[in-house]
Amino acid sequence: MQLLDSFIFITLLKAAVVFGVLMTTLAYLQWVERKVIAHVQVRPGPYRVGPHGLLQPVADIIKLLTKEDLLPPYVNKPLYLLAPFLAISMALLSISVIPFGPTIQVGPVTTWMQLTDLNIGVLFILAVSSMSVYGIALAGWASNNKYALIGGLRSSAQMISYELPMSLAIAAPLLISNTLSLRQLVEAQSGGIFNWNILHGPFPQVISFIIFTIAAFAETNRVPFDLPEAENELVAGFHTEYSSMKFASFFMAEYANMITVSAMATLLFLGGWMAPWPAAWGSSLVPTAIFAIAGATALYHGANAARKRDKLTLPVFGIIFLIIAGVFLLPMVQSWLLPLFWFAGKTGAILFLFIWVRATLPRFRYDQLMGFTWKFLFPVAMLNLLVTAFLVAWTTK
Amino acid sequence: MDVILFLIFALIAVACAINVVVQTHPISSALSLVGVMGSLAILYLLLGAEFIAAAQVIVYAGAIMVLFVFVIMLLNAGAETRKGRSYLIPGAPLLIVFLGLVAYYVQRMFPSSTMVRFGGFTGGGPKDIGHALFTTYLLPFEVTSILILVAIIGAIVLARKEIE
Repeated sequence: MQLLDSFIFITLLKAAVVFGVLMTTLAYLQWVERKVIAHVQVRPGPYRVGPHGLLQPVADIIKLLTKEDLLPPYVNKPLYLLAPFLAISMALLSISVIPFGPTIQVGPVTTWMQLTDLNIGVLFILAVSSMSVYGIALAGWASNNKYALIGGLRSSAQMISYELPMSLAIAAPLLISNTLSLRQLVEAQSGGIFNWNILHGPFPQVISFIIFTIAAFAETNRVPFDLPEAENELVAGFHTEYSSMKFASFFMAEYANMITVSAMATLLFLGGWMAPWPAAWGSSLVPTAIFAIAGATALYHGANAARKRDKLTLPVFGIIFLIIAGVFLLPMVQSWLLPLFWFAGKTGAILFLFIWVRATLPRFRYDQLMGFTWKFLFPVAMLNLLVTAFLVAWTTK
Repeated sequence: MDVILFLIFALIAVACAINVVVQTHPISSALSLVGVMGSLAILYLLLGAEFIAAAQVIVYAGAIMVLFVFVIMLLNAGAETRKGRSYLIPGAPLLIVFLGLVAYYVQRMFPSSTMVRFGGFTGGGPKDIGHALFTTYLLPFEVTSILILVAIIGAIVLARKEIE
């Protein structure tokens, strides 16, 4: 009991759980991305490794681990080795302050579904994300390759520029919630969709949500702002000279940053783990309904299977979905599983938006990219912040 | 615990600061400066000034030093060549004397009873800082913002192309 109650043990356990879940999500986010883009482009996507390509991430990890780790002779060795380490550690660090849900009770222990709550949580994430520029900039410079250097320069210029509208867009909902702690930020948005910062307050934060999302695309170097790795101009950009696990850490850092900014958007604007309408009106039945419908669909298609193997795989998936639907009805897990469902659902929706945009939009030209943020995004974010500040000052007291 | 952390990060800060001067390559110097900023932020955190610590990382390590590194990369500055180490002969004793004098006067002017205690300071939150900036220090705050605005306008005037 002494061991179970100790702060260090619980923190280590939580860190292990969060790390494991994050790593699995990273690997499968890649699979989801390839599948979604494939279906947008009317092709099946990964299909060979496992049913519907579900074991593709595992195969990718084995491939990346066993590839030859090249160290080109002309690189600046200490910085070349430091850069991927910086990129991945900064990307993973910010997950430590993100709250996934309210308190959870496991036996005698009650703890928050969050690694730690800082009273400057939002500033911590901004600080860590501003440090993550170094990983990419140094990778580009230390590679001693002109394409990598241009990629690194583009990336650092772009990230500095988009950090300004992003910070201003974050500041506006903070004015309404009046806190910098991410946990209190979510608690201030409880009680249904009209209390979320995107719709609530003297000035609904729709504009800052849109600005935040656009800036998040640029901060994570995603399409349509993926100029740092524009392959038709720069080979592969800043990570041209990297192979094996060093390349994988840049890759993982990009996806971890995607998850962090999506979680941030959820916490700041979409009410975190709060359900969109009260449980009295049946919000606790939504996950059950979704999984039950998915299970029933899978069972139906399994019964009328077009191909032979679907007769086995689809009913198995259907039964798994139905079991999950049943689990959501159990009262002892509902208290923490439902918040987790809403948090994961909202974050997943924003991640889907990332992938959807990648499949849809072409790349910007570099001058358009810079002109867009300095001449349009930044003034709009500033105006939005001013209007919000005036209205908040007007309505409080 | 506080004292151990203070010693570790104070040592890192001093080591990085020396490295800024010793390194021959500008990128290495700039990165050492980032190390100094980072360990200073942790020292602020130890003293209970969490907002200042976050601002230190965001503004200095995250924005200003990124620009430094960016400019060094853009100009592709190479390692400087150095002729001998003869400057150490007068320099090192002078430095030690100077640091000794500073330590002596700090010790004299601030007796140990008024020294900063770890965690004894509680005015470092965002609320306290904001309150102090907009009441007690309103005039310096506004004057500084005008100064920065003038600097921005000056930079734009200097950097823009000539219009004939």
